[in-house]
Amino acid sequence: MARIDLSRTPSRLAGWVHRWPSLSALLALLLFAVPGHAELLIRITEGVESAIPVAVVPFKESGDLPAGDGVSDIVRSDLTMSGEFSTLSPEKMLSLPSRGDDVFYRDWKLLGQRYLLVGEVSRQGDQLNARFELFDVNTEERLLGETANSAVGSLRTLAHHISDKVYEAITGVPGAFSTRLAYVTRQAQGGRPLYKLQVSDVDGKRASIRLESREPILSPAWSPDGRRLAYVSFETGNPAIYIHELASGRRTRIASFPGLNSAPAWSPDGRSLLVTLSKDGNAEIYRMDIASRALTRLTNHWAIDTEAMFGADGESLYFTSDRSGGPQIYVKDDFDAEPRRLTFGSRYNARPRPSGDGKYVYYVHQREGAFHIARTNLETREETVLTRTLLDESPSVSPNGRMLIYATKQDGQSVLTVITSDGGASYTLPASEGDVREPAWSPIIR
Amino acid sequence: MNISVQKKAIVMAMSLGLLAGCSTTGETTDEDMQGTEVAVGDQQDTSTVYGGDDQGGVSSSGLTDAEREQARKAAEQAAEAAKRDITVFYFDFDTSEIQPEIRDVLVAHGQFLAANPGQAVRLEGHADERGTKEYNLALGERRAKAVERFLIVNGVSRSQIETVSYGEEKPAVMGSGSSTWAKNRRVELIYK
Repeated sequence: MARIDLSRTPSRLAGWVHRWPSLSALLALLLFAVPGHAELLIRITEGVESAIPVAVVPFKESGDLPAGDGVSDIVRSDLTMSGEFSTLSPEKMLSLPSRGDDVFYRDWKLLGQRYLLVGEVSRQGDQLNARFELFDVNTEERLLGETANSAVGSLRTLAHHISDKVYEAITGVPGAFSTRLAYVTRQAQGGRPLYKLQVSDVDGKRASIRLESREPILSPAWSPDGRRLAYVSFETGNPAIYIHELASGRRTRIASFPGLNSAPAWSPDGRSLLVTLSKDGNAEIYRMDIASRALTRLTNHWAIDTEAMFGADGESLYFTSDRSGGPQIYVKDDFDAEPRRLTFGSRYNARPRPSGDGKYVYYVHQREGAFHIARTNLETREETVLTRTLLDESPSVSPNGRMLIYATKQDGQSVLTVITSDGGASYTLPASEGDVREPAWSPIIR
Repeated sequence: MNISVQKKAIVMAMSLGLLAGCSTTGETTDEDMQGTEVAVGDQQDTSTVYGGDDQGGVSSSGLTDAEREQARKAAEQAAEAAKRDITVFYFDFDTSEIQPEIRDVLVAHGQFLAANPGQAVRLEGHADERGTKEYNLALGERRAKAVERFLIVNGVSRSQIETVSYGEEKPAVMGSGSSTWAKNRRVELIYK
């Protein structure tokens, strides 16, 4: 089974431990390739017309496991959230096998299932051991057979890892369940708003507060290595751009010019930021070298130029400009190129987010008075409106390009919604107190 | 509704302009406006009496010409001061164009600031919640700058003015809907 790459796993593990010491005790993932079968891979190339039925059988549990959701519950929830799978409720299962030998394929065929995940979790001292197997119900082939370990406190990390493995085995695309979200909450406290910059798992769990302020916090952006966030904070009374090291909590204010300091976006090498400043008169886009703080001006126009982001090639530059009279998406093929206008379909298109594969650009799009998330296929120039909610903003694409998170309003409150990147099934993250805004999906943290 | 808010502002400006000497400060609520209207009547009666004296050439109240001139100036100044009670200026969606109705009020602020070069002012630009946050930051700034430019043209020194944009982050009114949005697309002028 070609999916397991033994040589890659140890280094991936080292990367995790190195990058997320705060998750402590951490994941000592030991992965074993269990002899698998032939070739696999049903690749879902486009669309999610109908979700793929997957049965995640409750894992057999032994030892004193942490209270709360079990590993298989989390995996089931991850796969459901992706919008690409429909998961079978355990009550409907005819049997609850925990290993391949006990699987009766007929049962699962009868239930209309396409894939089957079984496994067990046990505790040994301070460690959780998981063993799991994924089967193709039709071919009766085993697609995955692995074990993984984690510290007892990292049960969710272990579960998301299994979700990633299952997702990749079925779709051929790496899963994004082990990635993180950054977002800003706003709640009224003592009659005044309180802003909190938070980081959580992609399912909204394990949220931790990184910054609290009575003044607005905006535009969190992950560094390519997933270790730092850049954002805008008004904590001094005026906007400034900060870089925040997540592990240490160390912050550096890197831009506090007169006027706007906004819309930070990282270069692919993590060494510079695109920022919007108005120190020279009006909103213009600059590139700032983080080490030297040297600025290069990239736009020069009386109109608003803002919300810049690098394209997948690391050279092209997408941004919003109202030089045509209203906000539209423009692209510069490189820093010196003349901007080309990309969007024409409506009078308001803003905040471009190009996908990592270079195929699409996602943005906020106004149609008939409502604000939706739309995308344009960069090759065909075809525009698709992806959402049906009305006040949508802040789209952020998952690092594997398959999901998109955005902020919208529900019953007067800002909430985050996850959809498949082609506009399929949507899933609203459980709302915490107050408004949740400005989601930013982390890169895959290796 | 945007229009009703602007109308209110015009009525405010006009009634306050007529009024000699009533300088209300603080929040302009509906109650304040009613209170103001009563004061307008009182003040107009008083000034009519002075006018009569003038034409008759008899100064029964014992005011000298200089005193009357002083009173007239005081009334004018009070009227200008009253205009300056309006410190929030509204805009249409995705524009930074100053509405004709507020020019008079801005001129009053401008004249006051030009006459008091030590007085600093902060212009806070805002947008409604629709559209994107970063574009709205730039839009709020453009609105604040439009007001700044207007003041500068009216003799205010650039060094007296500080601008900041909060974009859609600090709505005056929470919620959604066109009347709410109209109240949130604004520049607030704050004397420091």
